[in-house]
Amino acid sequence: MELFTNQVLAGIATGAIYACMALAVVMIYQAIDHLNFAQGEMAMFSTFVAWQLMQWGLPYWVAFVLTLVFSFIGGVVIERLLFKPLAKAPVLTHVAGFIALFAIINSVAGLLWDFTIKQFPSPFGSSPFLGSQLISTHQAGMIFVTLILLVLLFGFFRYTRVGLAMRAAASMPESARLVGINTGWMIALGWGMAAAIGSIAGMLIAPVVFLEPNMMGGVLIYGFAAAVVGGLSSPLGAVVGGFLVGIFENLVGTYIPGVGNELKLPIALALIITVLVVKPNGLFGRAIVKRV
Amino acid sequence: MTAMLNVKDLRAYYGQVQALHGLEFALNEGSMTTLLGANGAGKTTTLRAICNMIRSTGSIEFEGKNLGNASTENIVRLGIAHVPQGRGTFTTLTVEENLQLGAITRKDTKAIASDIDRMYDHFPVLKQRYLQQAGTLSGGEQQMLAVARALMLRPKLMLLDEPSFGLAPLVVRDLFGILGKINREDKVSILVVEQNAKLALELADKAYVIETGRIVMSGSANEIANNEDVRKSYLGY
Repeated sequence: MELFTNQVLAGIATGAIYACMALAVVMIYQAIDHLNFAQGEMAMFSTFVAWQLMQWGLPYWVAFVLTLVFSFIGGVVIERLLFKPLAKAPVLTHVAGFIALFAIINSVAGLLWDFTIKQFPSPFGSSPFLGSQLISTHQAGMIFVTLILLVLLFGFFRYTRVGLAMRAAASMPESARLVGINTGWMIALGWGMAAAIGSIAGMLIAPVVFLEPNMMGGVLIYGFAAAVVGGLSSPLGAVVGGFLVGIFENLVGTYIPGVGNELKLPIALALIITVLVVKPNGLFGRAIVKRV
Repeated sequence: MTAMLNVKDLRAYYGQVQALHGLEFALNEGSMTTLLGANGAGKTTTLRAICNMIRSTGSIEFEGKNLGNASTENIVRLGIAHVPQGRGTFTTLTVEENLQLGAITRKDTKAIASDIDRMYDHFPVLKQRYLQQAGTLSGGEQQMLAVARALMLRPKLMLLDEPSFGLAPLVVRDLFGILGKINREDKVSILVVEQNAKLALELADKAYVIETGRIVMSGSANEIANNEDVRKSYLGY
């Protein structure tokens, strides 16, 4: 039993990583109705920017805030330059765009900062949390930040007019224009916000996985899994999904023989497919009722 | 009386296909004007061209200002509310959120709240369902919601595309009753496109008949209703 509780706790700790990334995934999905495969690379690049700022001697929180601003602007610029011209193109063209972006950002980061791993500091320290060897203060801090982000996002979509306009623009672009919403800027805003959230995820993940250009590969797939499990339209679902995926991954790794660290990634994929088949809207996604 | 909306030599295209061939008409402030015509005559296209939702040439003047190449959302911001064919409901959002969206360009949050209450007075059924996903409303309820959403803009001009489409006759009567009231009491000018010519002519003060992308007849609603050809083609007696 102790093994079980320990694994669940450890699962929650890793789950926070996925939850954080899943929030960025849900954010972009709300804005553009697609998943952005380059989301992880954008987060990685932002994290390098934060690292660079700290190398130049800025304190952590100053670097943190500057990175948020940089990421937001970067997200908007990417949308304006790359995806606005593709606005009317079919989905596959967008996918090609995402993959190109993935490759470009990955290589540019490698070029600027090379591929050796770097230490990234945690603002929360890494001592045991409340005397527990399973969760460190960093992981506890990460769970805390994820929950705060969740509340902020929920409030933004639910109670602000911009949030409402964004949801409207994503679900029915033509109707949104007919009530006077500038849908183009809503999409750009979505990119900016997703990039900023992704940068927070990156900065929180980097102390755990170490900073290097390929740090987000696995994490993004788990983030997708988390978002799909929770429901792509629900920030709450993304966070719960993140924790569930983390716990599930740990338990399967512990109790099913043969599934070591090597086979953990296929579990994420199996999870995505199972959820899409059994409950396509995820645990918290709102089923879209259509009259025929 | 000055024309609020003045359309001249309007030509519109779907890809290579020309749908409007130099359409000309005007709408006076405070008027309820109707565009009649058979399927494919160009009624919907005309409304879409006014809101710059399709490629068109010619001149469209609203309150003396040429709309030129203004984007759809900026045209809406001038006070032109468009209830499109298919109603444009935000199906995944709640009824109340749909109404909020109608007023998304307005800044006067207090007045918006009181306008929502006013809409619930106009359309009590919406109040009963205010937290319901709009896509689950019946066709008639969705049409009410679409009109209410358009009114939330406090528009000067409302463009209505076949509001009677798919509705039971009694519901249509209700709806047109409300439209008449909105036109008289709230001083909203209305341009309505209809296949239900009889009803549209009863309520409108001015009418135009479109055939294959051209205006072939215009006059007061009375004159048009009593015209021999119109009676045969559109009213069926």
